[in-house]
Amino acid sequence: MTDPTRLTLAEARDAVAKRSLSAVELTQAHLDAMAKARGLNAYVAETPDQALAMAAASDAKIAKGDAGPLEGLPLGIKDLYATKGVHTQACSHILDGFKPAYESHVTANLWRDGAVMLGKLNMDEFAMGSSNETSFYGPVASPWMPPKFDKAQARAALASDKKGLLVPGGSSGGSASAVAAHLCLGATASDTGGSIRQPAAFTGTVGIKPTYGRCSRWGMVAFASSLDQAGPIARTVRDCAIMLQSMAGYDAKDSTSVDVPVPDYEAAIGRSVKGMKIGIPKEYRLEGMSAEIEKLWEQGIAWLKDAGAEIVGISLPHTRTALPAYYIVAPAEASSNLARYDGVRYGLRKSGRDITDMYENTRREGFGKEVRRRVMIGTYVLSAGYYDAYYVKAQQIRTLIRQDFERVYAEGIDAILTPATPSAAFGIGEKVSADPIEMYLNDVFTVTVNMAGLPGIAVPGGLNGEGLPLGLQLIGRPFEEEALFAAASAIEKAAGRIALPDAWWV
Amino acid sequence: MSVDQANVRRIARLARIAVSDDEVPHLQDELNSMLAFVEELSAVNVDGVEPMTSVIPMKLALRKDDVRDQAGSSVVTANAPESDDNFFVVPKVIE
Repeated sequence: MTDPTRLTLAEARDAVAKRSLSAVELTQAHLDAMAKARGLNAYVAETPDQALAMAAASDAKIAKGDAGPLEGLPLGIKDLYATKGVHTQACSHILDGFKPAYESHVTANLWRDGAVMLGKLNMDEFAMGSSNETSFYGPVASPWMPPKFDKAQARAALASDKKGLLVPGGSSGGSASAVAAHLCLGATASDTGGSIRQPAAFTGTVGIKPTYGRCSRWGMVAFASSLDQAGPIARTVRDCAIMLQSMAGYDAKDSTSVDVPVPDYEAAIGRSVKGMKIGIPKEYRLEGMSAEIEKLWEQGIAWLKDAGAEIVGISLPHTRTALPAYYIVAPAEASSNLARYDGVRYGLRKSGRDITDMYENTRREGFGKEVRRRVMIGTYVLSAGYYDAYYVKAQQIRTLIRQDFERVYAEGIDAILTPATPSAAFGIGEKVSADPIEMYLNDVFTVTVNMAGLPGIAVPGGLNGEGLPLGLQLIGRPFEEEALFAAASAIEKAAGRIALPDAWWV
Repeated sequence: MSVDQANVRRIARLARIAVSDDEVPHLQDELNSMLAFVEELSAVNVDGVEPMTSVIPMKLALRKDDVRDQAGSSVVTANAPESDDNFFVVPKVIE
């Protein structure tokens, strides 16, 4: 029998439904693969007993003819989703030992539909990072081998400090690495400035950030509440559509959740893109853009044109302002959201002379360097005398960014095609000591989408000269994820699914 | 705009994050590098532009003001680093 971990989520669903494969067999195959792949550090907590119990329950439901849409399908869950009684720390030291008394809305939806939880996935601390190197649990290695490495070198690096191996991107680095390494059929992820799309692009996987309000944020550890949105990473566009179908939906417990029906996303897969108007924004052609990214973008344009789409040059004049404005809005909201970590109600406590000293010591010890930096910047831009100059101004710029998109959509553009990232994956340790701004530039193509609350999908566009994956991004109209699934599946069909790496880490 | 070392200490105090003396110069550089990065926004004309309050235009939903989903105090304090009889325990704040 072929290895069940090599199936796509859709193939596994069909095999389980036909009972040619049991949920327990499928789950066990993934647990075995995870045990052999611990060196990648994709999972921070494995839940094998719970997984097998859920799989057995799924098999019983299938036997009774009572299966849900994700019945028996094993998934990985990013560590920022609250999972009842199970490790939930957003990969921060400050949440040491935290086990929530409740389940996040998104994961509850997945379990309602029959999915099986394999464990919790590594991520940048509080989702602040683009390489998964800010995790308290250490970096995650990408399953893609660095071009200059042979198998022995890669395995040696994996066994030591992982330096020289590739980052899977971030913040959903564990999700992307686990999906690309076949350690789950799909994974939940989350995206505040690019944290689903950039890791998907770096690992040759597919990731969608839906419209703000499409998925409930209830039970997700908050980073920047006006930007955070849940979404899946999976190996195909269809698999992402199937997962989003279950994850999405109105929830009264999240006041920003939007009460609109969830369409049949899978039905959009393979739908013709004939006559669709695809915008190509000139402002995304950055000065000094690498030839391989330029080529990728041209290729993407050609694929959509060949599939019958109309290509239209457009202008989004405030694109440049998005990243700096993001680095005001996101830290400001983070400084407010992270005020709750005070050593009183959960997690770490470091004692001090008095209560203030206890707070300060706890937060010094519990937050990593990047988180401390962002909380401080956020505190500064919200402080008396600076609020108008920074925070209000950034929110005004956000309005301008959104108006740019509204204008081109009003002119008939259905979706916008851009590169997903300015480069292929870089090495672990390569950018950590550099100026933090260099790391932030990873999100230059993705962050506009969060600022405007729009849906965006990253889909593999092929390999670069060194054999590493590159991703294309499609940006859609609010709540028109179906158009993105249709256009992304056209690109996937034209590009051909890229071959994910063989398991050199075993 | 840029911050001096006194600003860095004041921000750290507001953020309730302890900083040691030898960390201050480095933090100052990092914060100033971020402030320099966002400086280009000062050139953007935002006269008469409404600051965004909701990225998806919608009315904030209200719910009925009633008691529901009470987890119970033992559940609420279950994750506390220090608790006593379902109360959170903190260092003495009143002399």
